[in-house]
Amino acid sequence: MTMTHSETKSDRISGTRLGYRFNIIGMVGLSVILFWALIAILAPLIVPYPVGEIVDLDYFGPMSRDFWLGSDYLGRDMLSRILMGARYTVGLSLAAVTIACFSGVMLGMIAAVAGGWLDTVLSRFLDALNSIPSKLFGLVVVAAVGSSIPVLILTLSVIYIPGAYRFARALAVNINAMDFITVARIRGESTLYLIRSEILPNIVGPVLADLGIRFVFIVLLLSGLSFLGLGVQPPYADWGALVRENIGGLPFGAPAVMAPSFAIASLTISVNLLIDNLPKKIRDRSE
Amino acid sequence: MVNLVEIRDLKVEATTDSGRRVDIINGVSFDIAEGEIVALIGESGSGKTTIALTLMGHARPGCRISGGSVSVAGKDMLTLSEKQRARVRGTEFAYVPQSAAAAFNPAATIMDQVIEVTRIHGIMSPDEARARAVDLFRALSLPEPETIGSRYPHQVSGGQLQRLSAAMALIGDPKLVIFDEPTTALDVTTQIEVLRAFKSVMKKGGIAGVYVSHDLAVVAQIADRIVVLKGGEAKEIGTTEEILNGAKHPYTRELLAAFEPKPRGAADAAESGPAPLLEIENLIAGYGQAQADGLPLVRAVEHVSLKVEKGRNLGIIGESGCGKSTLARTIAGILPAAVGKIVFDGKELGRSARERSRDELREMQIVFQYADTALNPAKSVEDILARPLTFYHGMNAKARNARVDELLDMVRLPHNLRHRRPGELSGGQKQRVNFARALAADPKLILCDEITSALDTVVAAAIIDLLKELQRELGLSYIFISHDLSVVEAICDEIVVMYGGKKVEEITPAKVKTPEHPYSQLLFSSVPRLDPTWLDGLEQDPELVRAYCRR
Repeated sequence: MTMTHSETKSDRISGTRLGYRFNIIGMVGLSVILFWALIAILAPLIVPYPVGEIVDLDYFGPMSRDFWLGSDYLGRDMLSRILMGARYTVGLSLAAVTIACFSGVMLGMIAAVAGGWLDTVLSRFLDALNSIPSKLFGLVVVAAVGSSIPVLILTLSVIYIPGAYRFARALAVNINAMDFITVARIRGESTLYLIRSEILPNIVGPVLADLGIRFVFIVLLLSGLSFLGLGVQPPYADWGALVRENIGGLPFGAPAVMAPSFAIASLTISVNLLIDNLPKKIRDRSE
Repeated sequence: MVNLVEIRDLKVEATTDSGRRVDIINGVSFDIAEGEIVALIGESGSGKTTIALTLMGHARPGCRISGGSVSVAGKDMLTLSEKQRARVRGTEFAYVPQSAAAAFNPAATIMDQVIEVTRIHGIMSPDEARARAVDLFRALSLPEPETIGSRYPHQVSGGQLQRLSAAMALIGDPKLVIFDEPTTALDVTTQIEVLRAFKSVMKKGGIAGVYVSHDLAVVAQIADRIVVLKGGEAKEIGTTEEILNGAKHPYTRELLAAFEPKPRGAADAAESGPAPLLEIENLIAGYGQAQADGLPLVRAVEHVSLKVEKGRNLGIIGESGCGKSTLARTIAGILPAAVGKIVFDGKELGRSARERSRDELREMQIVFQYADTALNPAKSVEDILARPLTFYHGMNAKARNARVDELLDMVRLPHNLRHRRPGELSGGQKQRVNFARALAADPKLILCDEITSALDTVVAAAIIDLLKELQRELGLSYIFISHDLSVVEAICDEIVVMYGGKKVEEITPAKVKTPEHPYSQLLFSSVPRLDPTWLDGLEQDPELVRAYCRR
């Protein structure tokens, strides 16, 4: 036994000491996400200039010592605007994705376990919701009640609930057909117990992966809405809005239009990298 | 004499997810002569399929052949390139997988798939191949050999499909055929026909074979020599006669011992109670929409009545599809009965589990066949066993902890297993946990639905012994559902034979030798015996076979 143990240690690959395997790509993804989260929290403390203030005499100014990422179409400091924009992009999307996935997954599991008419009604209703194009839905809601942060969060989450519901329901239906659910049912367990203790632990992996993908979708949709002028309102701006308002700088190759695009890309790509390479617990059966 | 196959000091290793290397085959050597059938026998995980696959130069993903040599017909399979191996696969040797149903493509006709080998290797023209296939179908005694090839896989029975997959293997005229548990998934009455067909084709063509199985009785019918494997090592190699009559290695003896039906000790005084523990009257249950007369569309259980006395056991035996599992589910209330009365311990029970009180549910527990799906893979053994304790008995953490230890003791599992998840246990251990969960409820009756059929003979025998012991200690009753007569014989006081949803006979183990109903006669005579001459000497009434077998 001791023999195998020492052999085990010497054979292990890096990063497995905690009993988890986490590869380098996942770590890169995680560190970029953590970086942006940190920025979102600390933004007001670290911005070099006030967000709404015109500080550069030139518009679409190049990168310089004073303005690290150049200036925008009014001569405002781009770095400050991106740092503050992180708050909206990361914060709004995170809130929306949490609401969407939580409600979608809960409803999905309830539908799978309860079955019958409840399942039918829920599924058809959410299918109907799903059939509305997401941008159009966002446009209509924002046009009707105006753009504010709570409205944006709610709209974004409503748009993504049906997807999360479908995904969770499909997984839960499979689990629901297993014998251990039957055992729990004839033990007399309640629906809530079945959902919480028997089904959720078995679908949590794919659900987390789905949450990551949906987060990316929401970032992109929010950026899209802002690009259309329906997202976060001036003088504040999320990254999508930053791209839109500086689109005029594209012919000049202005950093003002490139930088927020890179920010969006870096966040969405690293979320994807992370969810594809989540740490795996090592459970070596033969030990 | 040159051997067709020579395996020398074969080593296969696997890499685990923490990067550790594990030897799964540890220096196995044996030979196969021309026209000889060698059986590889052992429990699951003993490496029998792995060895069979190395004959084709193949190792499953994550595994690697790390040493030794495998020479088939003078070629070293391990040094050939993948392309060269592909050339000899299907022509020099062929493989018959365990599940023919999964091995056939449901979207193509059987004939197209059977002659595919000749097309790939360009051995003969399609017309010749078709003619040869029909000859093979005839040799394998398949019905309507001329036209069966134009059917799709779902249009033939499991036993026929298994023989068709043998035809697929034989069409390239191989020198060696590898059978990987080809009859394990079949009913005993079907198995006979398949075994006979295999045996006659192999003998006629002088084809050598490797027969992988965990069932010694089946192997005894078909193999010339037997290799007994355990833990990746060949424990004993000998002719079938030598192994059956003069086994030297303790593990082989254990295997043989597991086959001896251990008669159940005479039922003790427990039968004194006047009222039976469970009484079922005229039960009808099934699936599908309720019809005008209130009965379900497909009736899986029809007019079944039975009785279980306190402290005694009832066996229900029958082939797949006879309604025995549905009966268990109906009794447990998983599938509500359409008609009928279930009286348990003097009270009439609700038809569906929802209409039963928590105590009624507690006193009758069901243990399912597949411990893999019956245990939540995301929970530890501790959590699985603790839940009924909290739920039924409202125990606090300390009492629960002590009781989990007791339960693990009862089913002979070490305490340190409690933190493991089901995926980290062996098949036998999982089934024990599955059973311990039922015990945690303190039931009076346990419905055991084929609980040993997914296990190897030796492990199954140990589980049966455990059940008997627990019965003595706790005064339980079992309803034991199985397709395996020897298992039911070993543990039950009464045996009910089911066919087509109906109870056809009720007998005691003492009278198993002389059943009255023709179906019981057929079923009981189809159980393989540990006698190499059993299959050849077996004579069954063809009328009977036609009437009751869906071959």
